[in-house]
Amino acid sequence: MTTTTPEGAAAAAAAGGDILRVEHISKRYGAVTALTDVNMHLGYGEVLGLLGDNGAGKSTLLKILCGFQPATSGRILLEGQEVVFKSVDDARARGIDAVYQDLALVNQLSVFHNMFLNREQNSGPLLNNRAMRKLAREHLEEMGIKIPSVNVEVAKLSGGQRQAIAVARSVYSNPKILLLDEPLAAMGVKEGAIILDLVRQLKEQGNVSIIIIAHNYGQVLEVCDRVNLIQHGEITYDKRSAETSVTELTEMVVAEYRQALEERQRLGQHPHIPS
Amino acid sequence: MSEAVEHRTDRPGRPPGETPPRRGSLSFLRSAGALFLRQREATVLVVAVALIIYFALASSNFLGKSNLITWLSEDTAYIAVLAVGEVLLLICGEIDLSVGFIYTFSPFLTYYLISYYHFPGILAIIVSLIMGIAVGWINAFLTVTVGLPSFITTLGTGFVLLGLVDTTSHAEPVPVPPGVQSIGHWMSSYAWSEISWAVALVLLGHIVLTRTRWGLHTVAVGGNLLGAQEAGIKVKRIKYGNFMITGLLGAFVGLQVAFQTNTIDPTAGGYQPMFYAVTAAVIGGTAMLGGVGTILGAFLGAIVLGTLTDGFSIIGISANPLDIIFGGAILIAMIANVQLAKLREAGRS
Repeated sequence: MTTTTPEGAAAAAAAGGDILRVEHISKRYGAVTALTDVNMHLGYGEVLGLLGDNGAGKSTLLKILCGFQPATSGRILLEGQEVVFKSVDDARARGIDAVYQDLALVNQLSVFHNMFLNREQNSGPLLNNRAMRKLAREHLEEMGIKIPSVNVEVAKLSGGQRQAIAVARSVYSNPKILLLDEPLAAMGVKEGAIILDLVRQLKEQGNVSIIIIAHNYGQVLEVCDRVNLIQHGEITYDKRSAETSVTELTEMVVAEYRQALEERQRLGQHPHIPS
Repeated sequence: MSEAVEHRTDRPGRPPGETPPRRGSLSFLRSAGALFLRQREATVLVVAVALIIYFALASSNFLGKSNLITWLSEDTAYIAVLAVGEVLLLICGEIDLSVGFIYTFSPFLTYYLISYYHFPGILAIIVSLIMGIAVGWINAFLTVTVGLPSFITTLGTGFVLLGLVDTTSHAEPVPVPPGVQSIGHWMSSYAWSEISWAVALVLLGHIVLTRTRWGLHTVAVGGNLLGAQEAGIKVKRIKYGNFMITGLLGAFVGLQVAFQTNTIDPTAGGYQPMFYAVTAAVIGGTAMLGGVGTILGAFLGAIVLGTLTDGFSIIGISANPLDIIFGGAILIAMIANVQLAKLREAGRS
């Protein structure tokens, strides 16, 4: 698998190139439109925060970018080349990996089996558990992730440990782009800090460009280079982190909600919280 | 995460920081006992051994050669083979109620192909086995692609198969055609063939489940369907495959029983062997909710059921109350599994 070296990434970033461009992506599920027209770009080695309220379309976009589902229209350019992902495996082979909000861990399986889920090491027709155990242990150690043993079922781990395992798994194959969906959801401040440290560590290594999806702006803002706000299935805001603040972002979302409320009241409909 | 301590041992049994156990024989026994109880197959192994000891003491004929053959080959083997398929399906969150009717239909199909269409014996058998795979495919198609619950799908296909058998055979038994008798010996009518096949298939199934990608993905699909999809596992293919394996095993067992009894009977098979197989799986430690199960446990479960069936007849008790015991065994096994799961939980936390 090809990896972008830090020097290469820096050079590309200097040249103003984007590792990923998303142009006019839309997604409809029957009568429901989840994404209307998304335009977005991600620089080499950049950490982009994709913020937005629940239901704004963040996870839908992520699932399109990682090959889990196709877009209804629009195109994706990976390092300048238009790509169509046929499957998660396909996207992974092209260097895009994701950590889903639900982590995609199988509780009944051990840590090392989860780490190698669907990319198992085989010797002949049989699983090479010994090799996977060893590689998992080394990889987790390298990333500074501490767990009791790689043999325990992931059901036995804490929320932060599970998240860390999921992150470690997704960077195992040195992806060019890492997508993190709500990595801090349902996590204490202390546990969240460990995940943010992992992100910082990956950023420093500079091999990977990252998109972090979050609706809790405060925590992620500090690790992001730039933030995008997604509202009603469109990117409505694009600023460097240094030029924005939690207050400003919150204002924007609240304004959106207030506007929707007023609109409904004007039309005589009962206000309801958008799902 | 914060409370975790680096603790690199391969055994999850003892949590970090706990004082090591005293080096006495008593504590060794206790920890060995605890380790044993944490194995999912533990309960059913104890029950199987206890039953075997009981019947061996109750009747001197129980461990005699002729009864061993009846006990293992006739009363246990078919349950074990069907259970291999059911365990795979139960783990990935499905069930096959039609497998007993595939069992009923497959020897009839062999008979029709030979008697009416003059197929060579071996080819007729192969086509019958393929029929099992095909029914498994249909079950999978209706369940996975069309989206019906497998309970309903296989209920329907089971009835269709039964109707096919009854219509074509006029509900009358037929003899095993002479052309397949020699193959029949190898499949089942030699004394030890059935149990040998069962042991081989159980071992193969066990290896597939615990040592291959297929098995790992089966557990992943049942344990976390969405997660498995997100990891890129082709979940449909796993379910299709396990339905087809179960169908194949159903067709195989149907042929075995026909050859062994030397008759092709429309009342053979049906729900009973299927329910026995599911019972064996459940008392062996397979969860009905998916993600958890062992084929060795199901094999031990089949031995328990086979031992009860055979033991009752050999000590001369009426077979009528047998189902009361089977029913009780299912309930007790489930209660024990739930309790043992709590024990495991407590042992690790």
